[in-house]
Amino acid sequence: MRNILECENLSKHFGPVKALDSVTLSIPRGRITGLLGPNGSGKTTFIKICNALLTPSEGKILIDGFEPGVETKKVVSYLPEKSYLNDWMKVSEIVEFFKDFYADFNRDKAYDMLGRLKIDAKTRLKTLSKGTKEKVQLVLVMSREAKLYLLDEPIGGVDPAARDYILETIISNYSENAAVIISTHLIADIERILDDVIFLKDGKVILSKSVDEVRDESGKSIDALFREVFRC
Amino acid sequence: MPWDLKPDRPIYPQLIEQIELKICSGVYPLGSKLPSVRDLAQEASVNPNTMQRALAKLEENGLLYTHRTSGRYVTEDVKMVQKVKDKLARELVQEFLQNMTRLGFNKNEILSIIAKMTGGADNA
Repeated sequence: MRNILECENLSKHFGPVKALDSVTLSIPRGRITGLLGPNGSGKTTFIKICNALLTPSEGKILIDGFEPGVETKKVVSYLPEKSYLNDWMKVSEIVEFFKDFYADFNRDKAYDMLGRLKIDAKTRLKTLSKGTKEKVQLVLVMSREAKLYLLDEPIGGVDPAARDYILETIISNYSENAAVIISTHLIADIERILDDVIFLKDGKVILSKSVDEVRDESGKSIDALFREVFRC
Repeated sequence: MPWDLKPDRPIYPQLIEQIELKICSGVYPLGSKLPSVRDLAQEASVNPNTMQRALAKLEENGLLYTHRTSGRYVTEDVKMVQKVKDKLARELVQEFLQNMTRLGFNKNEILSIIAKMTGGADNA
């Protein structure tokens, strides 16, 4: 099966609000996809459905052949938009926690990345800055050898140098069998590493293409096109 | 030599140009082994698929070749590299001419400026 994720006519309503409106998508393995859209366009709703944190109102979604649930959590590595880690834990304890939790977790990789980001594993999470906490969380997520990485705003709160390192990590972590979906509005920072791009607007997919195709056709960067499409 | 990529053009032809440039300027000498796709992608901070595509194209054009097990190498064909150099030179001059025309210089004026500048360099 070529696609790691497929969804058909996926919708999610919150009362009268359509957060997702008939989204049909296929995400192939071995590609890095940018899920882009302004605030409130449905990015996080989509990612939460992928992680079984929300159930769809209509339509269906399959990840690696399964509906979101226990089976898919084994193969999906998810970076949520907010932290869920316990503040009183030490970084090293959280690493062990992840090691226990996920069979595909690579402890060496985690310590290697923590070292590169100069994060001391002996410190407690609550003493770290907001940006450093985000780095820890990303390290944990990227240390899994997953089939699908779902990163919800992975670089929002970190400094530009760490941003570069994170993007480098995503590239070096690249595998032909794994797909990465990055949701963000910091497009200029990430567009060089994307294969494909999906634009969401009011819960609908309005563009789904390879980034080089977009640049070729529009003569614009993804960032410039985004600003044009979503001009306020 | 850092990788200089513009976001408003497809990345992959730009990668091709930059690798050609690196070969012509001797950063990757003739017959030398190229870094792996992953390392190159990381160095240029681009997607590995895009880098792979650029390398495949360069291979198709004959500037690179793959040794089945040991990786990708730069061609040893001097003529081939000369051809690429000529192509790059034509592109550079074309761009220069365009800019000069935009500034309002005609062909003779451009030539005389070049003569003056290169002549000046000789005398110095």
